[in-house]
Amino acid sequence: MANKFLHAIYDDDDKLLDAVKLLKKEGVTIEDVFTPFPVHGLDHLLDLKPTRLAINAFIYGCLGLTVGLLMINYIMIVDWPQNIGGKPSFSLLENLPAFVPVIFELTVFFTAHLMVITFYLRSRLWPFKKAENPIPETTDDKFLIQIRINKNEKDLKAKVKKTDIFKIDVVENNDE
Amino acid sequence: MGSHYEAPIRKPLVTGNKTYHQISVDVARPIEGTANKQWWIVFSIALVLFMWGIGCIIYTISTGIGVWGLNKTVGWAWDITNFVWWVGIGHAGTLISAVLLLFRQKWRMGINRSAEAMTIFSVIQAGLFPLIHMGRPWLAYWIVPIPNQFGSLWVNFNSPLLWDVFAISTYLTVSLVFWWTGLLPDFAMIRDRAVKPFQKKIYSLVSFGWSGRAKDWQRFEEVSLVLAGLATPLVLSVHTIVSFDFATSVIPGWHTTIFPPYFVAGAIFSGFAMVQTLLIVMRKVCNLEDYITLQHIELMNIVIMITGSIVGCAYITELFIAWYSGVEYEQYAFLNRATGPYWWAYWAMMTCNVFSPQFMWFKKLRTSIVFSFVISIVVNIGMWFERFVIIVTSLHRDYLPSSWTMFSPSFIDIGIFLGTIGFFFVLFLLYSRTFPVIAQAEVKTILKSSGDNYKKIRDKDGK
Repeated sequence: MANKFLHAIYDDDDKLLDAVKLLKKEGVTIEDVFTPFPVHGLDHLLDLKPTRLAINAFIYGCLGLTVGLLMINYIMIVDWPQNIGGKPSFSLLENLPAFVPVIFELTVFFTAHLMVITFYLRSRLWPFKKAENPIPETTDDKFLIQIRINKNEKDLKAKVKKTDIFKIDVVENNDE
Repeated sequence: MGSHYEAPIRKPLVTGNKTYHQISVDVARPIEGTANKQWWIVFSIALVLFMWGIGCIIYTISTGIGVWGLNKTVGWAWDITNFVWWVGIGHAGTLISAVLLLFRQKWRMGINRSAEAMTIFSVIQAGLFPLIHMGRPWLAYWIVPIPNQFGSLWVNFNSPLLWDVFAISTYLTVSLVFWWTGLLPDFAMIRDRAVKPFQKKIYSLVSFGWSGRAKDWQRFEEVSLVLAGLATPLVLSVHTIVSFDFATSVIPGWHTTIFPPYFVAGAIFSGFAMVQTLLIVMRKVCNLEDYITLQHIELMNIVIMITGSIVGCAYITELFIAWYSGVEYEQYAFLNRATGPYWWAYWAMMTCNVFSPQFMWFKKLRTSIVFSFVISIVVNIGMWFERFVIIVTSLHRDYLPSSWTMFSPSFIDIGIFLGTIGFFFVLFLLYSRTFPVIAQAEVKTILKSSGDNYKKIRDKDGK
């Protein structure tokens, strides 16, 4: 069955926020909102769960730290200890100060890259990915609320018209 | 409007009565238009320099490092000077986008994109020098920790040179993903405006299908914040580790504990100067005076003044500590710097880096575009001399007076340096015509709080 959507388009971020508030009060389920820039407070209004990317980043950092420590311990202490400038090369703990820079860099490296990769995967962003914003203007100056229509088109339209709207579109797409 | 309140005393950061759409138009204009004559002229010059540099690099690698002006006493000179100079310049980008993001400084938004581009391009130049100095760059992979069979040993994790490898490569790649993630919404804007099919295809490819969902923006902001939090200690660590290349040695003049903070301050100083140089030209050429305003230039001048003064304090501290340490070698190294045969380099450094930024105390001078441009060039030159002074004057008179000597660069040394300047400008000029040079999505978020038209409305309403 084809999906039918109502696209409520606004030309201002404050109008969008007011509209989201009003539509929520009216009991309309908002499926998605497309904006050209981050509109502050929108995620709270839409009851989006806080993202867990920062927690992920922390875990990735711990991973980087562990990998760095294990790698250096294996290379410098276990596998081939050498006397370099009289440094204590037979004890990880005693030689640790000299290893701090690389372990730190590896921690940052793992955190940053794995977090960004997680973000790209979760938000489905990669080269050759087709953009999904319904109208191209949402990356310029238009703000779009997408609402799914289930035989209540008239009622929805009436509710949306109460907001400070720029334009209403009804679209059907078959490919989903 | 109430939620966009900003104290009236703060100067507007976006001028010219912009609307959201106008911002898109202004940012897309240099990409959608064609290059003018000046662009082609500057690009050609940069390209010729770059080609000349490539020639010199090929000559160096095929003949040997002997074609440089190095000698037995001064085994490190222009290559490492240029390396540190470029890495230093590469510090402002991440500083502007990361540290100023953490401090919620809105003025970063007009300049962060270009500053980050500058960072990436200059770190690429920096990376070339150690690569060439290896002599056999095709063995460059020996610096990564690979098992024994490839060579006879593992890499040495006690060595600051290896720390540098990790620091610079982490810095380059993290800066790159930070930059690119921020670019996605702006590439998407260009993509959605594009009318030419080829342009549309390219910008669809590079924008990774960015759609601007509310959830995407929430993640985007979280990622930006965490990356900024990571990049801040990272940027400080990188130049700290670069300074360790010298500070962990036992050469008088290098063996000082003040090096890490002193190098970091110097890096921010030179980086901001380079941003100033580039943006003063770019705002004019790309008609971006409404986004990179006089206010931005003034604030950057203040940063230049402060970091220049920190660098000045470091120079004086070094002199004082050399005397106070009672170590005669240390004392001689600094006396030789200021009064020896390289006195002119030392005083050029002092004049350019310590004296010239003090003009920025005067509001009239720091708000003059021509003056700011001149000072930014002077600072760039001064910071090059700083590295030259630290490196060459500490080496050329070592413990054995019979080996005392002078260093003079060969035309190959000069050619490679000019080549990297050419390469840098080739990259930057290409960037300025193909990338959204202003972080337009971010600028749109501050339009209502910091745009001049909205500020006027608020002033009139008295709230």
